[in-house]
Amino acid sequence: MIISVASGKGGTGKTTVAVNLALSLNNVQFLDCDVEEPNAHIFLKPIIEKEEKAYILVPEVDEAKCNYCGKCRQVCAYNAFAVLPPQNNKKGSILVFTDLCHGCGACSFFCEQQAITEVKHKIGIVESGYVGSMRFVQGKLDIGQAMAPPLIRQVKEAIDYGKTVIIDAPPGTSCPVVSAVKGSDFCLLVTEPTPFGLNDLVLAVEVLRKLRIPFGVVINRADLGDNKTEEYCAAEKIPILMRIPFKREIAEAYSQGKVMVEVFPDYKKRFIDLFEKIQRIEQE
Amino acid sequence: MNVCITAQGKDLDCMVDPRFGRCQYFIIADTDSLEFEVVVNPNMDTTGGAGIQSGQLMAEKQVKAVLTGNVGPNAFQTLKAAGIEIITGVSGNIKEAIEKYKNNGFKITDSPSVDSHFGTK
Repeated sequence: MIISVASGKGGTGKTTVAVNLALSLNNVQFLDCDVEEPNAHIFLKPIIEKEEKAYILVPEVDEAKCNYCGKCRQVCAYNAFAVLPPQNNKKGSILVFTDLCHGCGACSFFCEQQAITEVKHKIGIVESGYVGSMRFVQGKLDIGQAMAPPLIRQVKEAIDYGKTVIIDAPPGTSCPVVSAVKGSDFCLLVTEPTPFGLNDLVLAVEVLRKLRIPFGVVINRADLGDNKTEEYCAAEKIPILMRIPFKREIAEAYSQGKVMVEVFPDYKKRFIDLFEKIQRIEQE
Repeated sequence: MNVCITAQGKDLDCMVDPRFGRCQYFIIADTDSLEFEVVVNPNMDTTGGAGIQSGQLMAEKQVKAVLTGNVGPNAFQTLKAAGIEIITGVSGNIKEAIEKYKNNGFKITDSPSVDSHFGTK
């Protein structure tokens, strides 16, 4: 079973929930898909055995073959080309803005002059290893790179369907989140009972409904804020699967890179309980 | 000689739009006769690459210079490759901007004046 842990708002406790859930179960593979700032490793302290470079394919133009027809620019959905045909005795030029390229390959496919070849452009690395008996994989996007989804897909190529897979997703509701949660059997949405938490939870719920992924909510710092999140979930018939209280001791452990289930062993039972609830919903 | 001024409206009395790639209108005007054409910017709401495509449009319109508030790095590179003069820091109304340009009152910009995504903020 693949369980992704996501949230609309950042900083609600995705990694806390993902890490503690993973440490409470057996036969687990953990994927940190928050490739722009993976942080689960701080808590899990994995031994990394393998590092692979991740690439996307970007266009390289042979200007000797290019006739400046502009087809590549027309088919590029991401505006990554400027094609300036020759005019007034000035020779033509073609500019490729690699940072905007999503690596779809349309430009080279449609180039009638065969002037475009696709070349590898490094966007990050995929590291894999283990934490005790748990398998661990994480993606790290290179600084300055904007394309998280292709790297997230490469992290997910490592999915071991024989294990319980826990995916730590990025925050928000945009392409990287969709790439991370897609294909999950269940998604946990971690939120906090504040107006910001609720606003972004509603957006995340819309995304998951569109993707048809079953989901439930974990309310972190559940004794703060207001009652609106509880009311929203009740009205929308969204199950609240766990409530984690606001406790100074939890925050202190977190700030030292320690995990809840080790500092407060009682929580292990609660995370196993969470997993069993997910299994029950999944079987319905 | 045709120059392009980024504009917030459709005539010579309206204000210069401080954005290039995502400006509302391009006013392409002949500096001598003051005859002009208004182009609604097709790249105003594009998700990315607005500066590049607006630069491409300027090349297609064969303007000699672009007068605007700011240009980002991608627009700058495109306009430069097209051999178009780039003038930033332009404000006030369109007519004054053309007048000042004719009197050599502007300095040609030699680097982008803002970072990427300036016009989306």
